[in-house]
Amino acid sequence: MDYAAVDYFFIYFSVFITSQAFCLNILWNTRGLRSQLKDSVPVTGLCPQAGPYGVQDSLRRGFSSVKNELLPSHPLELSEKNFQLNQDKMNFNTLRNIQGLHAPLKLQMEYRAARQIQRLPFLPSSNLALDTLRGTDDTIGFEDILNDPVLSEVMGDPHIMTEYKLGVL
Amino acid sequence: MATVSVCQYHRGGFSFENCKRNALLEADINKLGFSSPAARKTGTTICGVVYKDGVVLGADTRATEGMVVADKNCSKIHYISPNVYCCGAGTAADTEMTTQIISSNLELHSLSTGRLPRVATANRMLKQMLFRYQGYIGAALVLGGVDCTGPHLYSIYPHGSTDKLPYVTMGSGSLAAMAVFEDRYRPNMEEEEAKRLVRDAIAAGIFNDLGSGSNIDLCVITKGKVDYLRPHDVANKKGVREDKIYGRPVTGNYRYKHGTTGVLAKTVTPLNLEVVEENVQTMDTS
Repeated sequence: MDYAAVDYFFIYFSVFITSQAFCLNILWNTRGLRSQLKDSVPVTGLCPQAGPYGVQDSLRRGFSSVKNELLPSHPLELSEKNFQLNQDKMNFNTLRNIQGLHAPLKLQMEYRAARQIQRLPFLPSSNLALDTLRGTDDTIGFEDILNDPVLSEVMGDPHIMTEYKLGVL
Repeated sequence: MATVSVCQYHRGGFSFENCKRNALLEADINKLGFSSPAARKTGTTICGVVYKDGVVLGADTRATEGMVVADKNCSKIHYISPNVYCCGAGTAADTEMTTQIISSNLELHSLSTGRLPRVATANRMLKQMLFRYQGYIGAALVLGGVDCTGPHLYSIYPHGSTDKLPYVTMGSGSLAAMAVFEDRYRPNMEEEEAKRLVRDAIAAGIFNDLGSGSNIDLCVITKGKVDYLRPHDVANKKGVREDKIYGRPVTGNYRYKHGTTGVLAKTVTPLNLEVVEENVQTMDTS
């Protein structure tokens, strides 16, 4: 057998293997959504929000207890808090795998722009542009029926909420 | 005393604020020996069958709250769209709210597409919502309808799994109803035969399961026509109270008949009363 032919064969084979591995990698990304969802559920949502001195701000956030912070009070609490975020991430990932990197980048730029159209922090914003981009402007879910913030009896303190928004709290 | 200040605008949806408090209360109550109130369930028999021209859905009409019948004639076949109906078993509030939300979503979707909605769309919306809540929404549904692609029947479980089958049963009486289906189902039945089959299946559930009872409701869906037969059959008739005089029920008569007690002697003493003074006072009706 000709040694040159064998060399070519090995090179072709190794290229073939790596390209297969690359394809498999992409497939893993589209199918391994469950692992991605687990990573993207931030447990920091429950941890004490450290104030300026690294300790929880009791005056504004109330007393802290280890049990409250370590475990969610309901198995669905974390998943519901981050549901929209996780849906967006999943959709962007799928879009990236189908249409390439530029498509989700462009869309995320539009989302960022739409998210900036807000009223003052303590007033309700319609988020119409954001809803239209997401496609949720013609869907109804539990967030529209239960605990509608428009019908709530108490209002957030305007000063505190504006200070929080500006980052000076 | 520290007050918790709200820093971000409050979002709608489920609120889990009271879960820890409820868990503590439940533990305390159980220690004392009482039990917390049970949610109203529709321990139910619901079923559906695909026949030649469409779909027949059937349901019983009893809603239970623990061991007590809460509603003797509740309606378990819910409207989703003009050509799609859904029977619901499980927690009554959950099935009611879920079907209403999906009905609204399907209406908006069909307005957006400009077409009659499909059963598969309703199925996918329901399954995605139920999976999102991981089975905490206790709604087991039988979804059936006729669209441009033909008649379809789906069964949807509380955790979000679905089955597309020619005949399905759900609820506590599902085994009794399934026994009837397995015996007598055949493909491409006529309408009368399909209605009789569903009626018999629900009757089997009513008579053999404690959680199902009262009447049988049927819903026959064909292309362009829906027959909502409520009640199709009154399987458990409530008895008529005795002592009905001229059709109106009368409370029990506790007077003894004349002659029950023998009379020994009889004296009559007239009381002579004379009118002393007569005073008429008019009422102020102004």
